[in-house]
Amino acid sequence: MAANVTTPGAIEPKMWMGGIEPMKASYGKLMMWFFLISDTFTFSALLVAYGTARFSFPAFSGKAEDFTFSNMYWPIPEKVYEAVPFLHGVTLPLVFVGIMTFILIASSVTMVLAVEAGHRMDRESVEKYMLWTILGGFTFLGCQAWEWSHFIHGTDTGSVMKVIQDGVWVDKTVFGANLTENQYGPPAFADFFFFITGFHGTHVFSGVILNILIFFRSATGFYDKRGSYEMVEKVGLYWHFVDLVWVFVFTFFYLV
Amino acid sequence: MAEIHHIHNQDPNAGAEQRKAIWKTFWILLILTAVEFLIAFTVPHGILKVTIFIVMTIVKAFYIVGEFMHLKHETKSLIWSILVPVVFVAWLILALLLEGNAIFDAVFD
Repeated sequence: MAANVTTPGAIEPKMWMGGIEPMKASYGKLMMWFFLISDTFTFSALLVAYGTARFSFPAFSGKAEDFTFSNMYWPIPEKVYEAVPFLHGVTLPLVFVGIMTFILIASSVTMVLAVEAGHRMDRESVEKYMLWTILGGFTFLGCQAWEWSHFIHGTDTGSVMKVIQDGVWVDKTVFGANLTENQYGPPAFADFFFFITGFHGTHVFSGVILNILIFFRSATGFYDKRGSYEMVEKVGLYWHFVDLVWVFVFTFFYLV
Repeated sequence: MAEIHHIHNQDPNAGAEQRKAIWKTFWILLILTAVEFLIAFTVPHGILKVTIFIVMTIVKAFYIVGEFMHLKHETKSLIWSILVPVVFVAWLILALLLEGNAIFDAVFD
């Protein structure tokens, strides 16, 4: 870049003389990478904590067909997530979360296509693909809002849990889940659901805000004037990271 | 960035190869997710199933980080400075899953 320009006859620029980008990446891009590494640690801590809680709890030992919800063992995820919007009462295990995964992967593709268009200074394509990415982000958030709402309200019949009331064990029918009660299993299961998917959803939300900002700035010709669409690339890194985290959440929360 | 400016927007074929790679990655991710879905309902629960899932997740992560985030095409020092800290995560997994097992043994055995 411009910093590399030296006056003719001056000394050849060397690695530690300044003005050279380390790792051939701009400052902003490098810092985005290091931020993402720190975010990796946060998400890892949450997911590993989930693993610890799961390993310290009895697992359901019978056949999958005989499974019923109880706070005495950890639930089978596919029995918990089996509802799909507009299909009340139909058992479709993991279908909705599969759709959400597809939406996020698709929005990652449109994001990387926007980055590629930015390299060519093709403003119209950047705008088009950013809009698709924003749409994908909002759709995912809408799906998650529905998923949360269903998880909180619970099933029609609820489930019978053994709880201590006034010092004795009693049977109690629990509907849905919150931070202290959970019809799908031990309360810790619901707590992790809210924290992990909630923290990821917050990331998606801030990603959508950043994407809107990028769309606005390219649409108003800001990056054309600057002569570089590198901001699209930096925000793209963040957006792909959000997709990456979802791949891990999908496996460790919904599949395993 | 500097070398990118040489590719001019007049050329409609510019970046065509890159776009092809992007869509290829998309199909790989989509097929892997579909296969995961299939395995979830066909393979009985056990170590084998969990191992398959973890391997497939890592493969998907490789494609997202390598192609979408372009890390595969960065300089070696950047690749390693991102990958090496992940070792700490591996340690965290090992330490805390063993801890979870120990809690289980202490409480339920």
